[in-house]
Amino acid sequence: MGFASFLGRRAVHSVFVLLGLSILIFIIARIMPGDPARMAVGARAPQWVVDNLREQMHLNDPLYVQYVYWLRDAMRGDFGISLVTRRPVADDIREFFPATLELALFAGIINGAGGIILGAVSAWQKDKWVDNVVRIVSYLGVVTPSFVFAILFLLLFGMALDWMPTMGRLSADISKPPLITGLLTVDSLLAGDFRAFFDALWHLILPGVALALGGMSQEARITRSTMSDNLTKDYIAAERSLGIPGSVIMRSFLLKPSLIPTVSILGLDFAATLGNAFLVELIFVWPGLSRYGINAMLRKDLNAISAVILVLGVVFIITNIAVDIVVARLDPRIQLGAGRSE
Amino acid sequence: MVSAKVLGSAQRSENLRRSWYKFSRNRLSLIGLFTVSLVVFLAVFAPVVAPYPQHASAFVDFENASRPPCRTYPFGTDVVGRDIMSRIFFGFRFSLMMGVVVLSLVVPPGVILGLVAGYYQGTWVDTVIMRTTDIFLAVPPLVLALAIASVLTPNLFNAMLAVSLMWWPWYCRLVYGLASTLRHEFFVASAETIGASRFHILFREILPNCISPIFTKMSLDMGWVILIGSSLSFVGLGVQPPRPGLGTMVADGSKYLPDQWWIAVFPALAIVLVVLGFNLLGDGLRDMLGAEEV
Repeated sequence: MGFASFLGRRAVHSVFVLLGLSILIFIIARIMPGDPARMAVGARAPQWVVDNLREQMHLNDPLYVQYVYWLRDAMRGDFGISLVTRRPVADDIREFFPATLELALFAGIINGAGGIILGAVSAWQKDKWVDNVVRIVSYLGVVTPSFVFAILFLLLFGMALDWMPTMGRLSADISKPPLITGLLTVDSLLAGDFRAFFDALWHLILPGVALALGGMSQEARITRSTMSDNLTKDYIAAERSLGIPGSVIMRSFLLKPSLIPTVSILGLDFAATLGNAFLVELIFVWPGLSRYGINAMLRKDLNAISAVILVLGVVFIITNIAVDIVVARLDPRIQLGAGRSE
Repeated sequence: MVSAKVLGSAQRSENLRRSWYKFSRNRLSLIGLFTVSLVVFLAVFAPVVAPYPQHASAFVDFENASRPPCRTYPFGTDVVGRDIMSRIFFGFRFSLMMGVVVLSLVVPPGVILGLVAGYYQGTWVDTVIMRTTDIFLAVPPLVLALAIASVLTPNLFNAMLAVSLMWWPWYCRLVYGLASTLRHEFFVASAETIGASRFHILFREILPNCISPIFTKMSLDMGWVILIGSSLSFVGLGVQPPRPGLGTMVADGSKYLPDQWWIAVFPALAIVLVVLGFNLLGDGLRDMLGAEEV
C-alpha cells in the first residue's frame, strides 16, 4: 500500500465519519422538547404563522425526509436563521470562526513547540532538577482545567499586575486591519501594520496560553517518556561510543523517531483545545465561534448549535488528516506500506 | 480440597501484599490515595465536618457577606455571606456523584461493545461498532457534551447523561484493542475447540484478562469526568445554583474578580485537587497492575 492509497482511504473514511456526525447532530437537534417553528417565531405569534413555518421547515414530513432536507441545505452552507442574532447562521460563522481559528492555532503552536522542547529537555536531563521541575509542572498542567488557568491568569496578569489585556482581540484605539483572512495577526502583517500586529498578538497571549497549557503538559510528558525510552536503545549507545556529539545525536537521530507518539496525540489535543475554547473565550470575552456557540446553546438556538458542531467536526477531521500525514512522513514504516494497525 | 483452598487464600494475601508494596513504593501514588480518601471523607461526612452545613444551599447572611479568608471563615464567604469552605465540602459530593454515575453508565455498554467488536474483528459487527465510535470521537468531547446538555433541561442529571453519551467510545476502543489481541491466544482457541459458548468465551475467558486496564482507566477517568462535569457547571449546564457545584461556584465567583478573588479561586483549587488526586491514584494503579495500555 502506497502513501497515496493510504491518504485515499483516510479521505473516504472521513466522509463517512462526517455523514455519521451529521446524523448525530440531527438527532441531537431533534431530541429537544418543543416545536422549533414556535421557538423561531416566538410565543406571541398567531398559530397560522407557526403552521406556515412548519410547512416551510418541512417539519410535517417524516424524520428521514427532514434529515435529507437538512443535509442538502447544510451542504450548500445554508444552516437557516439564528434565533439569537436573527441573521443567517452561515454569516455568523463566517464572522466568528476566524477569531477561534486564530486562537486555536496560536494555542496549538505553543502546545506543540513548548511540549516538545520541555519534553526533550526533560528526557535529556533525566532525573536532574530540570527534569523534576518539568515533571511536576506538567503534571499540574494536565490536571488543571483550562478555565481555571484562564481565571487565574485573568486575575494575576490581567487584574492584579495589570500587564495584559483581559478582553477582546484588539485595543480600542487600534483600527482593524483590512479583512483578508480574518486572522488579525496575519491580516495586519499583510497590511504592514506592525502596531496592530503586536497589539493582536498581545491580546492572544493570555487566552492562548491558558488554552495551551493542558495539551502542552501532555505533549511534554509523552515526548519525555518516548525519548527517554529511545535513549536507552542500542543505536544511541553505538553513536555515543563512536564519539558523535550529543547535540548531533539529538538532532539527527533521536528527535524524529521520538516525535511520532507526540504528533499522533496532537490531533486529540487540538480537539480538547477547540472544546476548551468554549470556556476560555467566554472568560476573555473573545468574539469567536465558541463564544457564539455557547450563547447559542444557552438559548437553545438549534440552527446555530448544529452548524457550530458541524464546523468544529470538519476542523477536527482536517486536523487529524494533517496529523496522519505528518506521522506518515516521520515514520518510514507507513510510507513503505507496512501500515500501522488502526 | 481444603488444603488447596487454604493455599489459594495464602497465595492471594501474598499477592495483595506484593501489590501493596509495589503501589506504596511510589510516594506520589500514596499522595493520590490520601487525597482521594480525604475528598471522599469530606464529601460523605460533609454535614458533620463542614463548619456551616446550612450554607450548602440557599442561605443569606448579609452581615458576613464577602468576608476575605479569616479564622471563622478559612476560605472567606461569598457575596451573600455563605462559607466557601463548607460549600466546597458539599461540592465534592456533586463531583464524586458525577464521576460514579457517569462511569457506571458508561463502562458496561462500552466494555460489552468493545468485547464483541474485538472478538468479531474484521466482520460487519466490528465495522458497525467501531465506525460508530469514530463518529462520536469526531467532535471535541466537551463540545458534544455541551451540545447534548444544552438541548436538555440544564441540571446535574442531564449533565451526567450528556457526558456519558460521549464517554463510552473510549472504553469501547480500549477493550476492542485488548480483545482483538486476546482472541488469538491459545486459551481462547482451546475454549472454542471444546465447544464453549460465545458468552462463556467473551465474559469468562476474554473479559477477566481486560480487568486491570479497565480498572486503571476508571480511576484515571474519575478525574477527567469530574473535570468535564465542572466545565459544564461552569457554563451553567450542570449543577444549578443555589446548590454548590464546584464549577458553578467558580463561575459565580468570577464575576467578582479581582477584589473578591477567594470566591472563585478556592473552588477552582478544589477542582484541581480532586482531579490531581484521582490521577495520581490512577497512575499508581497502572504501575501496580502493569496496565500499560491505558
